[in-house]
Amino acid sequence: MENSIHLQYTVDGTDFTKAGEASSDVKHKLKKLNVPTDALRRIALAMYEGEINMVAHADGGTIDVDIYEDKLTMVLDDVGPGIQDVDLAIQEGYSTASQEVRSLGFGAGMGLPNMKRSSDEMKIETEINVGTKITMTVYY
Amino acid sequence: MRIYGGTMKVCNIKEMLEGRFVTEETEEILNHTVSAAYATDLMSEVLAYTMENAILVTGLNNPQVVRTSEMMDIPVIVFVRAKEPSKQMVALAQRSGIAIMITNHSMFNCCGILHEAGLLGGAEYGK
Repeated sequence: MENSIHLQYTVDGTDFTKAGEASSDVKHKLKKLNVPTDALRRIALAMYEGEINMVAHADGGTIDVDIYEDKLTMVLDDVGPGIQDVDLAIQEGYSTASQEVRSLGFGAGMGLPNMKRSSDEMKIETEINVGTKITMTVYY
Repeated sequence: MRIYGGTMKVCNIKEMLEGRFVTEETEEILNHTVSAAYATDLMSEVLAYTMENAILVTGLNNPQVVRTSEMMDIPVIVFVRAKEPSKQMVALAQRSGIAIMITNHSMFNCCGILHEAGLLGGAEYGK
């Protein structure tokens, strides 16, 4: 196994105003590690959209981040309702978000597409009424 | 002939939009030169399309506007129609090195003024 820096975050699913705190922390840490700007932006974007999704759809969860020399992997794990139709959810413009989430500037059906576009690899494992686990990797 | 796609100093944007800062107004921010502007209330669009070093013109007023800007390295947020951000938002912006400007102008007028002056829309479609 390669050496990595491991970080773990708990995402509070009850407070939308706090969504993004974990992504912000990761971004600051990566900046200090001199991760290239483009990768930094893609990582922040992918993780932030994921965090927003966890608050909007799943009452929060945990995020595990592993920082390697040439890549970063993040695992976003929630115990939410699961995704009914992954193919549909990943289509731009499709959304099941509540009116509250929409009023905050999200829920336009761009979360998962943005995450896919920003990461180099993305895997979605989901089970109805059990939860969703999304693993993303960004190389730099 | 108008030349679009020029850069613009934040102090000039402030003057044109008759704006005021609710975060600290430093020489550094006033002299900062931005490359583009993006106007929307949809934060997911900002995350999908915004170019680097673009200002965000928005009518949406909640902490996620600041968070989104932080993720995208947006140096200045312009709140239209005199919308006052909360203390929490101002503190978050200050900590993240983001300036918040307030203008009385509407979103449409802000876009018109900046575009007329040569600032390009900061969106990278199809990426």
